[in-house]
Amino acid sequence: MSVVTPAQAQSDPAEGTHSETGLPGGETHGGGVFPPFDSSTFASQLLWLAITFGLFYLLMSRVIVPRIGGILEHRRDRIAQDLDEASRLKEEADNAIAAYEQELADARKKASAIAETAREKAKAAAEAERASTEAGLSAKMADAEKSIFAIKAKALADVDTIAEEAATDMVKHLLGGSVTKAEVAAAIRAASGK
Amino acid sequence: MANDPIHQFQITKLVPIEIGGLDLSFTNSSLFMVGTVALAAGFLFLTTANRGLVPSRLQSVSEMSYEFVASMLRDGAGSQGMRFFPMVFSLFMFVLVANLLGMFPYFFTITSHLIVTFALAMLVVGTVVVYGFWKHGLHFLNLFVPQGVPGILMPLVVMIEVISFLSRPISLSVRLFANMLAGHITLKVFAGFVASLGGMGALGIGTAILPLAMTVALTGLEFLVAFLQAYVFAVLTCMYLNDALHPGH
Repeated sequence: MSVVTPAQAQSDPAEGTHSETGLPGGETHGGGVFPPFDSSTFASQLLWLAITFGLFYLLMSRVIVPRIGGILEHRRDRIAQDLDEASRLKEEADNAIAAYEQELADARKKASAIAETAREKAKAAAEAERASTEAGLSAKMADAEKSIFAIKAKALADVDTIAEEAATDMVKHLLGGSVTKAEVAAAIRAASGK
Repeated sequence: MANDPIHQFQITKLVPIEIGGLDLSFTNSSLFMVGTVALAAGFLFLTTANRGLVPSRLQSVSEMSYEFVASMLRDGAGSQGMRFFPMVFSLFMFVLVANLLGMFPYFFTITSHLIVTFALAMLVVGTVVVYGFWKHGLHFLNLFVPQGVPGILMPLVVMIEVISFLSRPISLSVRLFANMLAGHITLKVFAGFVASLGGMGALGIGTAILPLAMTVALTGLEFLVAFLQAYVFAVLTCMYLNDALHPGH
């Protein structure tokens, strides 16, 4: 099985020598052939590269690439789905907000209508009360004026009588004589220019 | 270990196999190819096993690498390019894990061998050519005839286009190979300075700090290069596939 090739035959003694003697590289490796250019190894390298890289390619194309591609695809789908769901929920929320705003506006309108009617009612009631009070007051005022007139008339009628009596008394005291009621009344009427 | 920067690229047989005069031994390179595939596939398989709707940290890493390559391919070759997604994703993950695995001390870097990167590049260019002719027939050759070029210049332009197309597998493979090779050699050389200066007594140990700092910085740079080269390989793959899908520009 073991076949000794020229390359091996030359490299084996080289292993033993160059570490201690430090011989130039040319003598230590395959008779002066720089390893990458040593064509005796090409066949083996090509064969094993074909085997290993072929296997690697098969593994990649059959297993790894579909698997990672599937993972990424699944994730992309999931994200798109979640975004759809999110936009659907957002729309729902927007609708709910709109409905709420609408209801709020309605309620506000209703509240202001109620307040308006209440204010109207209160105003009307106040107006009626004021009117009735005013009516009562003016009636009272009219009564009062009427009685004032009566009192005034009565007082004015009394003034003459009081003046006659006062004049009669004054004449009695000053002149000692007496005058008739008729004379005094005539005098007063003359004095007061009536 | 030998203080020899080339030794790390040496291929050693672990299980010698020879069929029909061809040496098809299972080597350290084969072992790291198997390791790369096992690590990459195992990571992607295990981290996505839960198929979590909310990903765990490691599942995010797998998903990020998937989406990274997917957007790269969609930008480079349009949505029609997604039929090549398993190939581009496999290439990117394989090269990335192979490069990163090579950063471990004593580990073998399979992408530091030209034949490996050349085979991967030929896979890409072969796919472009086969798919291009299968899909567009001879119209695929429009790829070499840009529109709006004056008649006199046409032969020259077509020749340049053909040469640039033929050089694609070379540039694609040599870029990756050379970056990994040069990076690992540089790292090994500076690390070798640390060891040899360290053996020269007190002064040597003092001076060895300089290459040590350099080694640390280069290690960081190499991790960047490991990722960057996998990315560049995948991006160029996308651009070449775009030619197969839309040869008329």
